[in-house]
Amino acid sequence: MSAADVVATVTDPELPMVTLAELGIVREVRETVDGVVVAITPTYSGCPAMEAIRDDIVRALRDAGFGRAAVRTQLSPAWTTDWISESGKAKLAAAGIVPPGAAPRRTTGPVPLVLGTRAESVACPLCGHAETERISAFSATACRELRRCPACREPFEHMKEI
Amino acid sequence: MSFDDDAYGALTDHDDDARWAYGTGFADPLAGVPTAVPGDLDRACLAAYCLMLGDDALVMSHRLQQWVTRAPELEDELAIANIGLDLLGQARLLLGRAGEVEGAGRDEDALAYLRDAGEFRNVRLAERGDADFAHLVARLLVFSCWRLPLLDRLTASRDPVLAAIGAKGVKEVTYHREYAAQWVVRLGDGTDDSHRRMRAAIDAVWPAVGELFETHQVEARLAAAGVAVDPALLRPEFDEAMSQVLAAATLSKPMDATEAGPSGRDGAHGPELGEILAEMQELARAMPGGVW
Repeated sequence: MSAADVVATVTDPELPMVTLAELGIVREVRETVDGVVVAITPTYSGCPAMEAIRDDIVRALRDAGFGRAAVRTQLSPAWTTDWISESGKAKLAAAGIVPPGAAPRRTTGPVPLVLGTRAESVACPLCGHAETERISAFSATACRELRRCPACREPFEHMKEI
Repeated sequence: MSFDDDAYGALTDHDDDARWAYGTGFADPLAGVPTAVPGDLDRACLAAYCLMLGDDALVMSHRLQQWVTRAPELEDELAIANIGLDLLGQARLLLGRAGEVEGAGRDEDALAYLRDAGEFRNVRLAERGDADFAHLVARLLVFSCWRLPLLDRLTASRDPVLAAIGAKGVKEVTYHREYAAQWVVRLGDGTDDSHRRMRAAIDAVWPAVGELFETHQVEARLAAAGVAVDPALLRPEFDEAMSQVLAAATLSKPMDATEAGPSGRDGAHGPELGEILAEMQELARAMPGGVW
C-alpha cells in the first residue's frame, strides 16, 4: 500500500461515514526520504477537528509501517464543498445529512449580503418535500446548517455550500 | 484499559505523542504557501500588522465565548460558539504569523497568554461588553461588516500568508455578517420592546465605529507596500451593508461620533480588556510553561 492509499482510508472524526479524501481535504501525500508529508486543508479556520485528523493520519501511517509522518495545513486555495466527491456526497445523504449543491461563485465586487432566506432550495431528505426552511446557519459543526421541513415537520442537517 | 475502568488512564493510554485534547502547546505548520517575508518589507511592521488583525479576532472571539450557556436559544448557542471558533482560528493563524515574522521566539500561545493589555492592538469595539443580546448582535454586525471587506482585500496582499488567511476568512465572516444582520432585522422590525432595545444597542455601539476606519501608520506603510489594507477605504462598503440592514430593521443610522482618546491600535484600551485577559490568561499565568 502506498502512503496515499493509507491516508485514503482515514475517516473524518466528526463525519465518520466519509473519508478525509472523500471530504476533499487531503491536498497531497508525498513520500520523502525524511518520511511522509501530508497536506490537508481545513474546512474552516477554527475547525477543532484538525488536530484529531492530524493524529489519525500519523497513526494510520505508522500502523501501516511508515515511520515518520508530518501533517501540514494548506490554507490556499480555501476549501470548498465542491471538492467533496460523489461517493462522499452519497454517504452523507445515506447518513441523513443533505449534501451540498454547487458552491456560489463570486466574480467581482463586494460580497452580497443576503437578508432573507438564501435562494437555494433544499429538499427534505425524509419526505422529499421540495422547499424547506433554515432554522440556523450553524449546527453541530460549522460546516453544517440546521433546517426544517414544513410538510413533515422534521428537522435535518444540510452541509452548507461554501 | 477502558474508559470505564480508569477514565484518566484511558485518556493517556497510548504509545504515541497524540493527545486527548489540544488547548496549547502545538502548532499547525503551513503548506502550499511560501512563508518567507518578501525581502523589501520591514519585519517589525508586518508583525505589528498581523498582531492587530489577530488581536481583533482573539478578543472578539473571547467575548462571543462568554455568551455560550447564556444565549436565548440552543440554535444561537451553536451559532455564537461556531462564530467564536472561526475567529479563534483566524486569530491563531494571525498570531502565529506575527510570531514567525517577529522572530523573537514568541509563538501564538506566548502572544495570546503572556502579553499585558497595553500590548494588545485590537480595536476597542472588539473588547466591549454586551449589556444584552441586542448589544451582542449590533456589535457583531458592525465588526463583520468591517472585517469582511478587509479580509476580502487582504486576499491580494503581497504577503502570501496574509492573502491565504484572507481567502479562508472571507467565507466565514460572510456567514457571521448574515447571522448578525438577520437578528438585527428580526429585533428591529419586531415588537415595540425589541425595536427599542435594538435601537439602543445600535446607538450604544456607534461611537466605536469611527476607530475602525482610522488608518494607523503601520497600516499606511504596509498598504503602500501592497501588503495591508487601508481601513479608510472600507467605509463605503461598510456603510452600504449597514444601510441595507438598518433599513430592513426599520432603524435609522446614528450620527457619527468618534470616541475621544487614543486608539486600541496603539495599545490604549478600556478596563474591559483587562477583565477579558484576567479570565483568558489566568491558567497560563498561574502555570508558567503548562500545556493543556
